Amino acid sequence: MRGIFNRCRGVLAALWVMLPAVAQASGEAAGNIVVVADTRRVTGVMHYFADLYNSDILMFAIWTVVLTVAMGCTLGFLMDFIMSRTGLDLKSRKIVEH
Amino acid sequence: MDASWLYMYMPIAGVDIFWPGLVLIGYSVGVIGGFFGMGGAWMVTPGLNILGFPMAFAIGTDIAHIAGKSMISTIRHSKFGNVDYKLGFVMVVGTMVGIECGAQLVMYLERIGRIGPVVRWVYVVFLLLIAVMVFSDYAKAVKKKKQGIADGEKGTEGFTWYKTLHKINIPPMMHFKASGIYCSAWLPMVVSFITGVLAGFLGIGGGLLRMPALIYFIGVPTHVAVGTDLFEVMISGLYGAFTYTLKGRIELVAVFVMLTGAAIGAQIGTVATKYAKGYGIRLAFGSAVLCCMISIILKQFKFQTSAAVLILGTIGIICIYIMVIMFRGAAQELREKKNREQVTVRV
Repeated sequence: MRGIFNRCRGVLAALWVMLPAVAQASGEAAGNIVVVADTRRVTGVMHYFADLYNSDILMFAIWTVVLTVAMGCTLGFLMDFIMSRTGLDLKSRKIVEH
Repeated sequence: MDASWLYMYMPIAGVDIFWPGLVLIGYSVGVIGGFFGMGGAWMVTPGLNILGFPMAFAIGTDIAHIAGKSMISTIRHSKFGNVDYKLGFVMVVGTMVGIECGAQLVMYLERIGRIGPVVRWVYVVFLLLIAVMVFSDYAKAVKKKKQGIADGEKGTEGFTWYKTLHKINIPPMMHFKASGIYCSAWLPMVVSFITGVLAGFLGIGGGLLRMPALIYFIGVPTHVAVGTDLFEVMISGLYGAFTYTLKGRIELVAVFVMLTGAAIGAQIGTVATKYAKGYGIRLAFGSAVLCCMISIILKQFKFQTSAAVLILGTIGIICIYIMVIMFRGAAQELREKKNREQVTVRV
């Protein structure tokens, strides 16, 4: 038992020594890189949003949240409508833990 | 044969992406997230990275997708009565303040140069604790069931720490109808604050921590914990999507493509909770947490491929497990319904 404990202690000590080296090996932070959307290969709505990303990031962020909510709600209610056609009871369930 | 139609150009990330892969990731994470009540960032980010997204874009895109997907799952769970909105709103306050405190703690560690190892190993330790807690809870519940001990209407439960915590009588006391609990409002606020601090500190959505915390410390039934946690994930995900977009690290086109798959997957995962017992969900959740922990350890030691294989394998197996529960349960329900109708016609 003591042998197993000593071995575990050895492994933990080795891990502790190795950790800083592993952390330092990680790459350079990407936060300072300026990304520009390529508007040459897209048209229509996608061109508009790619352009908005380049020119007004705050408006693009607002649009992202609004469109995500709209898409989530639309798909959620659409799937809800389709699922209600399956004949399953989707309004009640019994809670049993075990 | 020209396969270019299978690739979609992402103008912001500047890469051509295999779009059926995006739909598949969205679908799988929709199934798993709907069943466990979590965002699933640990599954989506490596998946997007494998498809060709740079890591910074993978994280931002993943957060926005999680917000939309959680919305779809929350709509379905709320129909079942699995979302305790009152509890959700009480917890939002603690979660937001907690996330901010966690982020400040990270900045402090960054200043003293200890950020990398501390964050990763704290994450691993917490995942290990959750997995141990879930499996020992199950073992205790099995033992109690064999002895014929039951905890009220819910059936047999292993750990019932929440019963002790419910004895705290600090006003205001609140009744959470959907969860069927009566406790001090400070309990969910403190629990959400602590899980929020950890989520902010670890840079994750927090579903992995909040779901078991809701069950074990607040006493929320597993099904309601899943739905309420998804509601929380939805709110924090929208906030995360906004901040990540301001940093310019999001690919909106990919979010929408993934959401189409998630819309179908979320229905399957959510409806499957109806046919699963609470402990079935808890056990599968414990296994997912364990695989997540192993993948982080593998990544820490630079075994990137093994970590990706483990995560994708886990996603595949859990997804199939949930789909089997859903389709078997649904088939049986429809059979029973048909039999009842035939009996009624005969009478």
